[in-house]
Amino acid sequence: MTTRPGRVLVTGASGMLGGAVADLLADRGWDVTVMQRRTAGGRHREVLGDIRDGEAVSRAVSGQDAVAHLAAKVDVVGSWRDFVDVNVRGTRRVIEALRAQGGGRLVQVSSPSVAHTGRSLVGAGAGPASPMRARGHYARTKAAAELFALEADDGALASTAIRPHLVWGPGDTQLVGRIAERARQGRLALVGAGTVLVDTTYVDNAAEAIAAALERIEHARGQALVVTNGEPRPIGELVAGICHAVGAPAPRLHLPSPLAWTLGAAVEGVVAAAQALPGLPPITQPPMTRFLAEQLSSAHWFDQRHTRETLDWAPRVGIDEGLERLAAAAGT
Amino acid sequence: MAAPRQRIHDPARRSAVDAVGLPRRPLPGLDPAWSRVVLAPDAEGLTRRWHVLDNGPLLARAEGEVQGTVLAVHGNPTWSYLWRRILDQAPTGWRVIAVDQLGMGWSERTESPRTLAQRVADLSSLTERLGVSGPVVTLAHDWGGPISLGWALRHRDQLAGVVLTNTAVHQPVEHAAPAVIRLARAPMLLARVCRSTPAFVRGTTALSVPPLPREVRDAFAAPYTTADRRSAVADFVRDIPFEPDHPSRAALDEIAAGTATLDVPALLLWGPRDPVFSERYLEDLLRRLPHADVQRYPGASHLVLEDRPEGVGVIWGWLEDLLDDAAPGAPEHPSAARASGARVPIRVDTSRPEDVAVVELGSSGGTAAAPRRVTFGELDTRVDALARGLAARGVRPGDRVAVLVPPGVDLTTVVYAVWRLGAVVVIADAGLGLGRLGAALAGARPAHVIGIDRALALAALTRVPGARLRVGGDALDELVADGARTGTALPTDLPEDADGAVLFTSGATGPPKGVVYTRRGLAAQVALLRDTFGFGPGERFVAAFAPFALYGPALGLPSAVPDMDVTAPHTLTAAALADAVAAVDATMVFAAPAALRNVVATADDLTPAQRQVLAGPRLVLSAGAPVPAELLRAVRAILTGAQTQTPYGMTEALPVATHDPTTPGRDDDRGGVCVGRPVPGVEVGIAVLDDAGVPAEELGTAPGAVGEIVVRGPHVKDRYDRQWAAQRGSARPAGWHRTGDVGHLDDEGRLWVEGRLAHVLTTADGPVTPYPVEDRVRELPGLADAAVVGVGPGGAELVVLVLVPEERGGLLARVRGAAPGSGALAPPDLAGRVRAVAGVPVAAVLVRDWLPVDVRHASKVDRAALADWADGILHGRGGRTVTGWVTGRSRRAPRTRSR
Repeated sequence: MTTRPGRVLVTGASGMLGGAVADLLADRGWDVTVMQRRTAGGRHREVLGDIRDGEAVSRAVSGQDAVAHLAAKVDVVGSWRDFVDVNVRGTRRVIEALRAQGGGRLVQVSSPSVAHTGRSLVGAGAGPASPMRARGHYARTKAAAELFALEADDGALASTAIRPHLVWGPGDTQLVGRIAERARQGRLALVGAGTVLVDTTYVDNAAEAIAAALERIEHARGQALVVTNGEPRPIGELVAGICHAVGAPAPRLHLPSPLAWTLGAAVEGVVAAAQALPGLPPITQPPMTRFLAEQLSSAHWFDQRHTRETLDWAPRVGIDEGLERLAAAAGT
Repeated sequence: MAAPRQRIHDPARRSAVDAVGLPRRPLPGLDPAWSRVVLAPDAEGLTRRWHVLDNGPLLARAEGEVQGTVLAVHGNPTWSYLWRRILDQAPTGWRVIAVDQLGMGWSERTESPRTLAQRVADLSSLTERLGVSGPVVTLAHDWGGPISLGWALRHRDQLAGVVLTNTAVHQPVEHAAPAVIRLARAPMLLARVCRSTPAFVRGTTALSVPPLPREVRDAFAAPYTTADRRSAVADFVRDIPFEPDHPSRAALDEIAAGTATLDVPALLLWGPRDPVFSERYLEDLLRRLPHADVQRYPGASHLVLEDRPEGVGVIWGWLEDLLDDAAPGAPEHPSAARASGARVPIRVDTSRPEDVAVVELGSSGGTAAAPRRVTFGELDTRVDALARGLAARGVRPGDRVAVLVPPGVDLTTVVYAVWRLGAVVVIADAGLGLGRLGAALAGARPAHVIGIDRALALAALTRVPGARLRVGGDALDELVADGARTGTALPTDLPEDADGAVLFTSGATGPPKGVVYTRRGLAAQVALLRDTFGFGPGERFVAAFAPFALYGPALGLPSAVPDMDVTAPHTLTAAALADAVAAVDATMVFAAPAALRNVVATADDLTPAQRQVLAGPRLVLSAGAPVPAELLRAVRAILTGAQTQTPYGMTEALPVATHDPTTPGRDDDRGGVCVGRPVPGVEVGIAVLDDAGVPAEELGTAPGAVGEIVVRGPHVKDRYDRQWAAQRGSARPAGWHRTGDVGHLDDEGRLWVEGRLAHVLTTADGPVTPYPVEDRVRELPGLADAAVVGVGPGGAELVVLVLVPEERGGLLARVRGAAPGSGALAPPDLAGRVRAVAGVPVAAVLVRDWLPVDVRHASKVDRAALADWADGILHGRGGRTVTGWVTGRSRRAPRTRSR
């Protein structure tokens, strides 16, 4: 059951995925408002404000039929308080604002890491979010946020959680940006033999899945759905493909994964220590963190059948085509 | 009682000992809702308190109609807990009553021991009190067997069937009782083993293979915690009538005799590793219930339903069939549908007695200089004499005779003599390996074993039962001479639907399954081979492939056995083949692919005269594995006058189709291996796979539809031997055989094989068959081999290609220092090319130095092992240990060759 497009607020639209979602919904006939901290001067109506500001959130949500909530703190480092304020309280502010105006639809954009305890995931479904067991501030706070979002699902408010896994595409500063940057600096280590299978999601596919969730909320409500390209690839092949697409040298060094893990732990420690020292500039991009080491050394891919059936959606851009688009955008 | 009484009854302690009913604490797998205590008079009219598991009250509450009742009787020293899975899996409409016998389980302890006759009466009285009506099937284990059969004989009007598991109804006085029981019955030991210590109670559940969980063993022992609660355990052992004057002897003999009069359906489930109820007792029951279905679980022990819980599903499947068959409009018995079709009787054709029937070159019979020759007339006389000789040694019609004789004149003689007698030939392929060969033969329970010395030694080693008949050296001639002297009459009218042969399949996994052919089925197979390949008068052949060679005498075709080790096909040289062709002026050559490969490899040694000879034959027939077209083209360059044919089939049905891979044929869109059109008289249907890779029940012939290949013909196996469940699974619909291969028919009616059903990948996009993908990938240059395996959970499996690049082949790789079987990602360009041609989404492309091959078929890729390896690489069993794990595991010699 799909419904007629109405008014929708997209938070976090300054990011790659948020921007793609806003554009796609507008293309599909939705009346799109975006909420972000600084004006981007794009095609959509803007409400300027911070997700940490309850009043700004209320203002932005007011009069909307639906919210696609992507605003989040995604860094791999930062204080627990900041993560909670943005990720957990941010989501609760959106829910409260929707309630205040009588309900609506909410697509909470989440992450498979909310249910990932560090083990390999092989053909997995969407396990329950676990703030206690998820790894790292980001995953833990996103797990709590997802639980609040799904719990909010009732007669007036229909909510669902969409968990795109490792989203990438042109303009991506997270995965693609970091891989490219480090490869160019000669600092890119491929963990282990680089053979573990990892699912990823090309940005357009993730955006379409989020739009589908909004439009088929009656089918998706109350559930968390992992979204991927459904094309797991060995991590080494994928990283090499991204490097090739952006014209960076292919990774050479193979770190055995326990060593990488130790390095990651050490680096996290150094970063935390550095941040504790007043006067030093904050370090936001350490070369390797435990979280990243785990992501790159253990298999994680998902059984997409339930997601595809529920959303009546299938990825349209395959990984190879995605890499071509990445290359085209990078001009290589 | 014959045995000394040692139990002292103390009525004052009765209440403490005699707790009736299930204890409160939960027991694994047992629903307390089944448990009830019932009052019923015993054989003497005294009211007793019984504990039973009974789903009747639950059914009544649900207002369900009872179609049938299963009355389950445990043995000693177990209790109704043994049947918990039967209750748990009971289909709608079935009431299950599992009793605790008096003095056992949670039923009342009796003052004095109960005899067999009393127990039968006790049980009858209980079922009356329980209001058991309608059809009843008895189910029993151990010494519950005679009690349940005693009940069955007293309730013939209600009896719909009997199911027995590891039990006995007869203890022949002349036979030694099971050693374990004899030991336990030794007067000094009995009390100690059975009563004053829990040794017997505990020992029973310790026999299981694999071991039972601790909690389950505790549950079995729970009612027998004290010596007083174990009294009946000792009494039960004492009540086994080993002695002719034992008080229960008459009752047991009566039940044993009565059992032979039961004509209701029967199912026997057996764990052959039982130290008490060995297969001797299965044989005894089969003599009394010759119509019984048998499900034997090799490796399972006394508590067969604990060792093989799937047996519970088998019992229910059998019971459901029982009701279906009783219903009007049930399908006719499959063998009735197979009566049609041409047949060549399995006896020596004597229409041209002076002609040479078999020429044996080489070491086993004669020498190349003086080959052994036998005419049809001589062979027939010899077969006849040997049959009489075997009859004189006690071989009877219907007896199973294991034949362990190397291919050649002697084997031919023995096999035709066994058939002449109306006995059943049991043959297992030496390629099974000694252990599996022995297990296969032992499982067939031959009454006689005929073999050369070496084979008889193996039979002894692997405990193959049966009287031994030595045919090595001059022994066969002596048997023949004996037979010629005796005037023993041979049977004249042999029923066509009697068993003719038990052949063992080459199942790559699990224990080998015996395939039973009737005499009619064998005769139909001979006729099918004749008609398919145009064997006519004037044809002569070289038999380098044992199975077909055996049929030469029945077809009246002279044959030559080349100088080679027929059990090792690759020992056939081009020169030996030429000599064999010359010996009979052969028009046809039957050889395994490995034999042909060696013929091609040794063709340079041929003399000009031998080359000339090899131009003669008109047909080369090769079977046993898919034969590459290049090999056959190379063969045709040597046997210049020959066409080539490669029949497709399996032990259960051969041939199904035939094909000449060297003739250019139109390619098919889907791909796979073309095996040709079904041969005349054989039907092929496709059981289309659904999205989960499960074949449909109904069959179709739509071109391009992919599914399990299902065949029907007059030569299809009668059944799997003592494998009722496998037979039921394979004969669907009735009269057909599910081959376990997957493939499709094309629009010209040709059959294409796409792999084994077990190797079909179930991906999120539907099933993927391996051969077509492999064929497309093999088209890429620079690859020595390619195999498709799946990783991940069923339904969401990912396709992984494992390649052996030419430059990584075996020796070279080792010279360069790569570990054998070490794996890595294919270079990106190669992975890209594979993905471009594969035709299905490919998650990963891995490279190795060689592909593992399975033990049985040195030519087939061991896909399970390969999938396991790929899983380790791709799922990060991992990172640090990938290399170590792989090298640690792959000790097998590197061999490369696929399928």
